[in-house]
Amino acid sequence: MSGRWAPGPRWGVLLALLLALGELPRARGVEEEPGGAHGEAQGFQVVTFEWHHVQDPYIIALWILVASLAKIGFHLSHKVTSVVPESALLIVLGLVLGGIVLAADHIASFSLTPTVFFFYLLPPIVLDAGYFMPNRLFFGNLGTILLYAVIGTVWNAATTGLSLYGVFLSGLMGDLNIGLLDFLLFGSLIAAVDPVAVLAVFEEVHVNEVLFIIVFGESLLNDAVTVVLYNVFESFVTLGGDKVTGVDCVKGIVSFFVVSLGGTLVGIVFAFLLSLVTRFTKHVRIIEPGFVFVLSYLSYLTSEMLSLSAILAITFCGICCQKYVKANISEQSATTVRYTMKMLASGAETIIFMFLGISAVDPLIWKWNTAFVLLTLLFISVYRAIGVVLQTWILNRYRMVQLEIIDQVVMSYGGLRGAVAYALVVLLDENKVKEKNLFVSTTIIVIFFTVIFQGLTIKPLVQWLKVKRSEQRDPKLNEKLHGRAFDHILSAIEDISGQIGHNYLRDKWSNFDRKFLSKILMRRSAQKSRDRILNVFHELNLKDAISYVAEGERRGSLAFIRSPSTDNMVNVDFSTPRPSTVEASVSYLL
Amino acid sequence: MGSRSSHAARIPDVDSLRRETGSVSQASLRRLYDRFQALDRTGKGYLSRLDLQQIGALAVNPLGDRIIDSFFPDGSLRLDFPGFVRVLAHFRPVDEEDEGNRDPKEPEPLNSRMNKLRFAFQLYDLDRDGKISRHEMLQALRLMVGVQVTEEQLESIADRTVQEADEDGDGAVSFLEFAKSLEKMNIEQKMSIRILK
Repeated sequence: MSGRWAPGPRWGVLLALLLALGELPRARGVEEEPGGAHGEAQGFQVVTFEWHHVQDPYIIALWILVASLAKIGFHLSHKVTSVVPESALLIVLGLVLGGIVLAADHIASFSLTPTVFFFYLLPPIVLDAGYFMPNRLFFGNLGTILLYAVIGTVWNAATTGLSLYGVFLSGLMGDLNIGLLDFLLFGSLIAAVDPVAVLAVFEEVHVNEVLFIIVFGESLLNDAVTVVLYNVFESFVTLGGDKVTGVDCVKGIVSFFVVSLGGTLVGIVFAFLLSLVTRFTKHVRIIEPGFVFVLSYLSYLTSEMLSLSAILAITFCGICCQKYVKANISEQSATTVRYTMKMLASGAETIIFMFLGISAVDPLIWKWNTAFVLLTLLFISVYRAIGVVLQTWILNRYRMVQLEIIDQVVMSYGGLRGAVAYALVVLLDENKVKEKNLFVSTTIIVIFFTVIFQGLTIKPLVQWLKVKRSEQRDPKLNEKLHGRAFDHILSAIEDISGQIGHNYLRDKWSNFDRKFLSKILMRRSAQKSRDRILNVFHELNLKDAISYVAEGERRGSLAFIRSPSTDNMVNVDFSTPRPSTVEASVSYLL
Repeated sequence: MGSRSSHAARIPDVDSLRRETGSVSQASLRRLYDRFQALDRTGKGYLSRLDLQQIGALAVNPLGDRIIDSFFPDGSLRLDFPGFVRVLAHFRPVDEEDEGNRDPKEPEPLNSRMNKLRFAFQLYDLDRDGKISRHEMLQALRLMVGVQVTEEQLESIADRTVQEADEDGDGAVSFLEFAKSLEKMNIEQKMSIRILK
């Protein structure tokens, strides 16, 4: 088919579907009548219309279907998706759908509820992030990430809250029923960088891995800070401003450590359990993948139950269990886990953004205050930039790889807010926080601005600033082997020069892991074959084999392998380009 | 540990050392000198192989012996402070400003990318013939791949590694081929430690 954007039949189908969906709420309203009619019907009904019977799961399934169809729709036009991030398109779609529902029903029937978000939509995304986290990169930059996540978020929350309060005192915002604590509460929920939004936007931009891991790691680890600040200020608001004592403040600080370390600990415990369980699943290969999801989800729920940081729990569960689970489960289970996780995460992300759009179309929640909205946008951008610059200046004295100005620009600009802030603001109690609607409206505007506007402009910005991009290339045996040698060399040099550095710590951990952890958590057969150099060698051999077979199919037989010209050939690549379908089918057999 | 006055005066040949090793800072030299003296337990004023071998973590490092050997070039038995610094200076982080201001007539600083690679190269090239033969690659592999691997597998891996890098087909990896095979790798970062900034 031609690559031009062809309106007409495809869009017509989508539009019809949307209109049909708009009819559904009306069907809900008529559930009374069939019941009444049935009561008076005589005899046996062969077929009945039991809408109320299937209503809830049907609507859920339909929304998932609409979201997925929308994704297909977006990718029909390659030009659009290469410029506009998918998340922005989904929000716009949500706005359109919300409008249709509103027009049909005159009330906003659907919205993103905090329960659904926190219990069903967020965990898959965070688990996917943790399970596929590049551990070495993450722990190598952990100091930087922690600084931004903790100090950065506190800085953002405090400065934004206090500045807004200052402006309020000056009278610019008009007459509002707010106090200082309300502003600080709002600051704490709008300050946090959102992992879902960062993933959605940065995935399409491909900045270099260090930059990505710092922004993304920050968005994951700042959950503890957000949770603590939110709970602390909410309880302060409930108590009333004058009853807050110094003891409460100290308790707040203590709770930060408890929440963050406790959440991490819960995650690690469940990772341990998960790795241990997968050691014994040799005879139940079919349900192996299930353990990964169930135990990780339980870590999330357990942490939530103990009022610790659930995001940290599930993140660290994924991070810690990766190595052992991947070694223990079979190849097919590993593939199943990988694709299921990706599917759940991607699906959840799609639904989140679409419902953010839908939830915005609700006349009841809107309260507009120009000064508040504009100033919030201004303050979060400016204070984030200032915070990033200050912290980077401190960090560069201790980092091996300096963070340049360009990196700092991307980090400031990539501080996106998303659905977590929305869910938190909807959770507020309007009896305690009188201006809840103002906060909700402003949060929605902020999220839309960061996701749509910043999402749209970050790609051109990255290209204009010539940010170092990530390089995807095949693993070379030389790089792996010599890379290993460099690690050993650096460890030795660190020992000789008396410096305790990353390599020293990594070596210590590696030894501890080899002597104790792997013996407990990994299957005996897996312990032997887990060397990375061997894995790369194995992969390269497989690739060569596939190339030989494909060439053999082209030539009719594999007899050419015995000819002297193919002696000592590595990384073979016969001149004719291989169709990808051939490779896919052969690798499946292997 | 003795008085700390007039530090620079007690480090022999400070200025020529600093020039030679690419302007390591005064503070770093001070730290290294303290470390040198701490390693020199018997107070001889130089280090022997035994002094270095007594560093616990070094004993379990697969390349530990070879690295110790690189401190004692040409069969010497004594390591003085300048020699100590000269080897460690390879691991100073590369400063971009240095590269710009450098006088092209002066020899390359020890911590340049090429010199870092040369240091790694001579750990493999035991017979110093300027090439890593298949046999030398095999020996290095045997040290580093720690799990139970059969000898045939090790030989295959060594073969393949050499073939991947070997461009002129002589069955060995010269220094330039070695450098080329690692051109995409961030050597400046992978072979640097902070203490020498």
